[in-house]
Amino acid sequence: MNETPKKYGRVAYYPGCALEGSGHAYNCSTQEVGKVLGLELVEVDNWNCCGAMEVKNVDPKLQTYLSSRVMSIAANEMGFDTVMAPCNGCYHNLKKAEYDLEHDPETVAVVERISSKAGHETYKSGQVETIHALDWIKEGIGEEGLKARVKNSLKGIRVANYYGCMYTRPRHIFPEKDQGPGSESTLQPHFMDDLLAAAGAENVDFPLKTACCGGAHTLSDSDMSTKLVMNILRAAEASGADVVATECPTCHSGLEMHQVRGEKRFGFKSKVKILYFTQLLGLALGVKPKPLGVHENISDSMDFLKSKGLA
Amino acid sequence: MTPLADIELEISAAAAMDDAKTGAERLLGLGEDVVCHWIAAHGETPTTDSREGFRLLALHRQGAKGVPSFNACRETCRELAYHLNLISAKPDHPEVASRLQMMGLIATHLYLFIAGKLEESELGDFCCSSRPLHAAE
Repeated sequence: MNETPKKYGRVAYYPGCALEGSGHAYNCSTQEVGKVLGLELVEVDNWNCCGAMEVKNVDPKLQTYLSSRVMSIAANEMGFDTVMAPCNGCYHNLKKAEYDLEHDPETVAVVERISSKAGHETYKSGQVETIHALDWIKEGIGEEGLKARVKNSLKGIRVANYYGCMYTRPRHIFPEKDQGPGSESTLQPHFMDDLLAAAGAENVDFPLKTACCGGAHTLSDSDMSTKLVMNILRAAEASGADVVATECPTCHSGLEMHQVRGEKRFGFKSKVKILYFTQLLGLALGVKPKPLGVHENISDSMDFLKSKGLA
Repeated sequence: MTPLADIELEISAAAAMDDAKTGAERLLGLGEDVVCHWIAAHGETPTTDSREGFRLLALHRQGAKGVPSFNACRETCRELAYHLNLISAKPDHPEVASRLQMMGLIATHLYLFIAGKLEESELGDFCCSSRPLHAAE
């Protein structure tokens, strides 16, 4: 029997640089969850860095070009109308490129000039929709669809959902958010809360869900980053959370590394575990911890997961 | 205005007050002071206006003008306002002490975020882009 084609049932996948390195576990778990849910990911051919922080520092329009090249390949060479980027930085940069190309003729001229020199078709705004992994699962499967597929409920796990500061900011580059019931909110994002609740988890009230993790200070002022992370983890624990769920490789690495650094440098003790939301969903869907990269996390959650019957 | 160097300790003291309503009001005031330091450091006079009933939200709006990355503390300011309402509405709630403690963590985050940005204000007007580099373009 043929199933009705799902929204986002087959999308171009842009993992970005972090998911090939420190965020490898996010890459594995995203792909595993996609397989179980029947959401096909086709990696963008010959993709490049989105421009991230480094190129943006030198020339923001060059960063826009780099992001536009990824979207151009997906649209013009692979025929996709949707690009899914699980990293908040990549997602933010592709959305920003989309916005700038729609509103700034100067940016369009720069992107046209470089694309022509590089020998590929120029990306035109509106050719693709960029989505986050949260949109992909929320819109592609939804809570009810997820509930129907859960094999190991996350019942008994109390989760603080941490979205970081780039998923919703700046608001103007995310026109699809804040559109009323059902849409994502830039003030109080909830897609991750919704998905994990559908998988059985108990979400706690967590007031720092979009607060800065100090990622930008990591190299220039490590102590400041560590203090910001310690504060986030303290708030998560004070909220009653066992786990902080993440959806960005930079935030995730920052939380994990500064949890360790906080203990070494400031004697900070915390028991809260840090897991990607895709790892939690994968466990709920019956995937074993290893294919989800749980062993790659710095935050060791295996004993905890075993105690909950998930490993 | 409370000196910036004293704010972290003042937050700890306010978050531990027996009178939760007074502690919450003090925490909101300390949050305002932190944002005032940011605005003053940029050569401006902190506004005395309020937004949605809170001076803190008006100050945040003022502090974010021309500095998009400052919006990363927008919800932190809103959470402070929310917690003040939460505590003031039910000062006898059995969880009022833990609510005040949480408000203290929120105020601490605002302090750390802004103190970090002040420290590095010569370096950037956006967490991912550098003012001196742009100026040299």
